Amino acid sequence: MEAIINQQSTGGKARAWVGKANQALGLHPEDARFSRTYIAGAFIALLLGGVFGLLQVLVRGGVIDSLPLGLNYYQVLTAHGVMMVVVFSTLFVIGYCYAGLSHTLGGLLPKVRTIAWIGFGLKVVGVAMASVAILSNDATVMYTFYPPMAAVPYFYIGLVFAVLGIWMCAFGAFINVAHWRKAHPGQRVPILSFFATGIFVLLFFGSLPVAVEVLTIIPWSLGWVDTINVMVMRTLFWAFGHTLVNIWYLTAVSAWYVIVPRIIGGARFNDTLTRIVIIMLVMMNITGGFHHQIVDPGISESVKFMHVFMSLAIGFPSLMTAYAMFSVFEKAARKQGGKGLIGWYKKMPWGDVRFLAPMIAMIAFIPAGAGGIVQSTNQLNQVVHNTLWITGHFHLTLGMSVVMTFFGVSYWLIPHLTKRTLTKAINKLGVIQTILWTIGMSLMAVSMHVAGLYGAPRRTAFTEYGGSATAAGWDPYLTLVVIGGSILVVAGILQLYAVFHLLFLAPKGETEFPIAETEPGEATPYWTERWGLWIILMLILVAMAYVIPLAEFIVNAPPGSPPFRTW
Amino acid sequence: MMTRVEKIWLTASFGIIMGFMLITGYQAFAQDMAMPSNKETIDPQKVSQTAPFDKPGLTQIGDKEYEAVIALEVFQFTPGDITVPAGSTVHFVLTSKDVVHGFEIAETNVNAMVMPGHIQKIAQKFDKPGEYLVLCNEYCGAGHDYMFTKITVV
Repeated sequence: MEAIINQQSTGGKARAWVGKANQALGLHPEDARFSRTYIAGAFIALLLGGVFGLLQVLVRGGVIDSLPLGLNYYQVLTAHGVMMVVVFSTLFVIGYCYAGLSHTLGGLLPKVRTIAWIGFGLKVVGVAMASVAILSNDATVMYTFYPPMAAVPYFYIGLVFAVLGIWMCAFGAFINVAHWRKAHPGQRVPILSFFATGIFVLLFFGSLPVAVEVLTIIPWSLGWVDTINVMVMRTLFWAFGHTLVNIWYLTAVSAWYVIVPRIIGGARFNDTLTRIVIIMLVMMNITGGFHHQIVDPGISESVKFMHVFMSLAIGFPSLMTAYAMFSVFEKAARKQGGKGLIGWYKKMPWGDVRFLAPMIAMIAFIPAGAGGIVQSTNQLNQVVHNTLWITGHFHLTLGMSVVMTFFGVSYWLIPHLTKRTLTKAINKLGVIQTILWTIGMSLMAVSMHVAGLYGAPRRTAFTEYGGSATAAGWDPYLTLVVIGGSILVVAGILQLYAVFHLLFLAPKGETEFPIAETEPGEATPYWTERWGLWIILMLILVAMAYVIPLAEFIVNAPPGSPPFRTW
Repeated sequence: MMTRVEKIWLTASFGIIMGFMLITGYQAFAQDMAMPSNKETIDPQKVSQTAPFDKPGLTQIGDKEYEAVIALEVFQFTPGDITVPAGSTVHFVLTSKDVVHGFEIAETNVNAMVMPGHIQKIAQKFDKPGEYLVLCNEYCGAGHDYMFTKITVV
């Protein structure tokens, strides 16, 4: 039998002490500076990504014909995708996770700090190279950069630097967690660091396939190799691409399980089940990438059917999360005198942006997750594949569930890092921002889903398709997308002002790092800590999912494709 | 350790996933509604010299059955503007001469990735007369939004 240690007796006390010390002193100033830099960088990326997003939506909706500064639609769309998908989210995830590691493990090790700063430098260099390539219109290939479309070589070299930067941060996190475990034998890693471990495991293993892809592309884009295997490249991309979106999701989930209960004055959901959810999300994630290839040639129907299960399986831990969250809310509200079957919801702190933003994010995940289940099911996927439905889906999942959680986190994490406080006025601004963002994103995402269901393709500039009546039918929805996008720009400006205020202007003071405690008397079995085993199981699942199709693409490969520049 | 509500919830969650699995599997394998998954390959640099793409076009292969061999390239379908009688089933045979393209017929379930080096196949029965918009739904370059054609059903 595995040893079971009562959290309340040993681990609990040590953690309570670390918690008290951190509450009194805040994060180590060096650790705070690191996370502050990452989060400030994330919001700069959000600003740039937002501007590009607005420009592209105005073209797509037919509001403007051409873009300023000689930019073109597909170039701006590429920049919007790269800024939001690769830069904003990754920087925020790492800044938040490192703050969590520092807070719950009693500070970062000096060498970890060094490693993580080197990671930051590599990422800055990488993103700068990729950005220059995109802005010179030499890499208008979208963030998916499917070969045989070929960008300039330094675009891919920039991506290599960005991936190396992410790996440095992942290794730093592993070293810090391993060090803590050695110093605290028999104890379970504090929950936020457990989440961070899972997130960095996924970041590392998820970016391995894209690293292989990019390293194969570089010699081909330089002309050293003549041709490339397009299906292998596409498969490697999605093994990474889908994992990446789930990394942000897992980060948002960590705030739902750990932070939100504290803000509403409740206790965390069952610790063992929380850790099982994390382990399941980590193990089953990478294999989910295959549902992006349901209508691809070269893969047999039976393999595609197996992948329906591989994709839908991720829905299971998410459904557990849905239960957990509402259970936590109801318990907290009833403790505070909430009554009735649903009347307890009145006891929730709706006027507190630190709760409101992540709460709406969670609610958005109900339709977003349902849409995800729908579109990973073969026949339904064929109806919506590459239409605006998909764009609508990830604006719900990422634009609402993930981003609004990140916004909610920023209202306590930034003042915690800057030793400032959230004022009533900024809280109110945050509430208005949250409502505007909700309206804008809902309008946009719902319109995109509907237009996509009627066949409007994604990633396409405004076109009447030669006066097609079918295409004309999509126009009203595209107009709604423009209106939604414009509201989002206003909401985005408010958010950026709040971030700026919390970074530089807010009154000095102490802000809590809100981590909820478990219910008294809970015992978590130690086997949850066996990351080696979870990683092996994850790799077995990855092998089950990818060995057959990749082997087929390589063994039965057609002659390869030379590079093309089609823009 | 688990409450009754928790057990019901977990069972229902698992049930939803299995339900989707069963329906998907039944449709794919019993109702012949599987995804376009053809496994033939072709040299992407010799498409015009390789059968059947050396003679792209529409051929009648049976009673109300047609085969449409279409090559996709930036930013066109060869041939475009196909006309078939109402009630016809068209078997599309597709490949790309250059980058990745998508083959979508709006208001139908025809939706397939067309990759260079691979021959993709998908079929559709056209019952209702009218003009159907055919478009590329994977970004393929500067003229991606000009890559469309139509199928007229008379």
